[in-house]
Amino acid sequence: MTSSVYSDGATSVLLCGVGGQGTILAADILAKTVCASGDVVKLSEIHGMAQRGGSVTTDVRFGKYVNSMVCCQGSCDAILAFETTEALRNISYLRDGGMLIVNDQSIKPLPVLTGDSVMPEEPESQLRAYGGKLIPAQDIAQKTGSIKTANVVLLGALSTSLLYEQRVWEEQISASVPKGTEAMNIAAFRAGRAFVQNIHD
Amino acid sequence: MELLSGNQAIAQGAWEAGCQIGVAYPGTPSTETMETFAKLPDVYAEWAPNEKVAVEVGAGASAAGTRVLATMKHVGVNVAADPLFTLAYTGVGGGMLILTADDPGMHSSQNEQDNHFYARAAHIPMLEPSDSQEAHDMAKVAFELSERFDLPFFIRSTVRISHAKSPVEVGERENFTPKQYKKNPAKWVMMPAFAIGRRASLDQRVDAVTAWADETPLNRIVPGDGSDDGDIGVICTGAIYQYVRDALPEARILKLGVTWPLPKLKIQNFAFGVKHLYVVEEASTYLSEQVRALGIKLDQPENPLPRDGELDPWAIQIAFGKRVPTHTDTPEDLPARPPALCAGCPHRPVFRELGRLHAIVVGDIGCYTLGALPPLSAMDTTLCMGASVSMGHGFELALHHTEHRPIVSVIGDSTFGHSGLESLLGTVYNSGIGTICILDNRTTAMTGQQGDMFNGITLQHRPTRELNMAQVVRALGVDDVEEINPNNIKAVREALQRATKADDRLSVLIFRSPCVQLKDSFVRQKPLHVDEEKCTTCGVCVSIGCPALSSDLDSGIAHIDEVQCVGCKQCQQYCAFHAIKED
Repeated sequence: MTSSVYSDGATSVLLCGVGGQGTILAADILAKTVCASGDVVKLSEIHGMAQRGGSVTTDVRFGKYVNSMVCCQGSCDAILAFETTEALRNISYLRDGGMLIVNDQSIKPLPVLTGDSVMPEEPESQLRAYGGKLIPAQDIAQKTGSIKTANVVLLGALSTSLLYEQRVWEEQISASVPKGTEAMNIAAFRAGRAFVQNIHD
Repeated sequence: MELLSGNQAIAQGAWEAGCQIGVAYPGTPSTETMETFAKLPDVYAEWAPNEKVAVEVGAGASAAGTRVLATMKHVGVNVAADPLFTLAYTGVGGGMLILTADDPGMHSSQNEQDNHFYARAAHIPMLEPSDSQEAHDMAKVAFELSERFDLPFFIRSTVRISHAKSPVEVGERENFTPKQYKKNPAKWVMMPAFAIGRRASLDQRVDAVTAWADETPLNRIVPGDGSDDGDIGVICTGAIYQYVRDALPEARILKLGVTWPLPKLKIQNFAFGVKHLYVVEEASTYLSEQVRALGIKLDQPENPLPRDGELDPWAIQIAFGKRVPTHTDTPEDLPARPPALCAGCPHRPVFRELGRLHAIVVGDIGCYTLGALPPLSAMDTTLCMGASVSMGHGFELALHHTEHRPIVSVIGDSTFGHSGLESLLGTVYNSGIGTICILDNRTTAMTGQQGDMFNGITLQHRPTRELNMAQVVRALGVDDVEEINPNNIKAVREALQRATKADDRLSVLIFRSPCVQLKDSFVRQKPLHVDEEKCTTCGVCVSIGCPALSSDLDSGIAHIDEVQCVGCKQCQQYCAFHAIKED
């Protein structure tokens, strides 16, 4: 039997990336979809100094009942990573058999830009070895309208594994994104779903 | 139901209680509370220059009969401590609630202080929510409690309450009629003759709150899941309550919603009813010390709880000897991803040039603390808000008679307004010397671009005046004041060289250029690019630490990321080979 640090039966999803990538908006859409579907949610995010291009994580826990608002090591049902290095940095949070969805983008942090550190070697194959699904979210977003919707492409990829209805997701996306970008974001969401479904087929 | 952060919920709860006035100085993780409150109908809200002023404005409004919300981060309470300690003596007119948003784990702070100790030391009752609904409900009842017991109330959050969203059932706004102000020196004039009387009254008021703490359902017993027959009892509060529920479902919990004064009888009764009693708390010994002070023996978990940093269910299970899920270790060779000054931050060249001067840089709080990190590495000290100016004076005093590197204090505009002004006054008054750089980016940047005393933007966009920084500094008695555009590298270098060479005077250099995050005043230019033919791979441009600049690992040729580049042209000025082009 797998041990658990939680007794609330809730699902834990960790979103991670680099400040400015849209992780917080994606987490908000997930949380609103949960609420609109009649479940409860807790979402914990870190603001402030960390936002200036640093690593960011948002913890989302949801279900019929939720106690803790934070994700723990070895306990996440899914990690939605917006960047490969951040996926590796947070890999310890994934539970045994948990789902790892990773945007295939790699963003060099300042210590790499200045030549003081190096990027991990072949991050994609490392991530695949952990069972990671790599999503070309930038390319997909570009094709469906704008590279800025890569975060919603990733949500689409995650959504196929959750029980919430596509209609509810799309309503919450429309209500959350800037006016005038609703159709583009929904196209991005659907493309993210389709991409993952094709991997399965 | 609305999905609200703890901060938003506190603002909403205060508003529903008929709170009319809000005062704050921004500080993570408290900031959104006052931002949310300010947008609600029929309220007045303002940013104060610092937390002491905020509490004093609040104290005046409360004395005059209105309900007041004051919000700040944990270290802000240090600044506000002077009025707060005596405010417990005077008590309130209209109810007064003060948010202290603590930061265990130090996500965005210089220390990990536990402000429970303030509640006890200042005799200010403290409410402590475990999620957004409780944050809302507690904020809503706090004002009536404050009036009933004639004491200001604290509400304590941590980052996992302030910045965690969960569903909240919101309510209607109560119609609160402000109380009539009556002159009453025995209550409001805290000179010894009157303060002695209020001291005795304070003890009586605290006794009354203590009795209430034993009655209120805010302190409640939550049964375990029945699997171990109530062997284990845990006393806890705030976010930790949620973690204990998850990590130790068998435990019977005394969930404290009032963490000062403690419900003595409830704690004693709870202790009798369990075989093993534990306190689970985060980065502090406050609660365990207070429980022991009641003469109650606590058991120790199998492994000690971490003394510092945040807790989570995993850490609690480890402490209690439970089997936690296995996990994959994070690869060891990952590059760190520290936060950095934004691409195009106009104030980056100041740090770069201070590095070239080998100055002792006495730093301050805010974005500019990031100047301490490589590759700029241009900061020697950071202590607290405003300390750069006064610590710089101290460095000068200590090193005056020795050969020493130039001493330069660096402070932002909002931090200068917060407490740098008094520091500068002290240096001027005592004929101090040295160089002070005010990096005026026209905003309180790190906390999310709030208005401040100098930029002429108020919280509710009421008309005000923009202050002239140079005039203010001159009026404080500084003769040598210069204003410089920090995007002009040559001007920055010359100004710093001139100021630091002078060893007989105090120089204030005001570097003025708006924060790149300011959508109204920052004008983004076309991105620059590198002429690869001309790039000699010298690496100077990359060494300024702009996130838009990198060099190719193999060829060493510089590259500019077009998405991030804002066209500030700082790197272009540093390139001796004219390899950075505009078109």
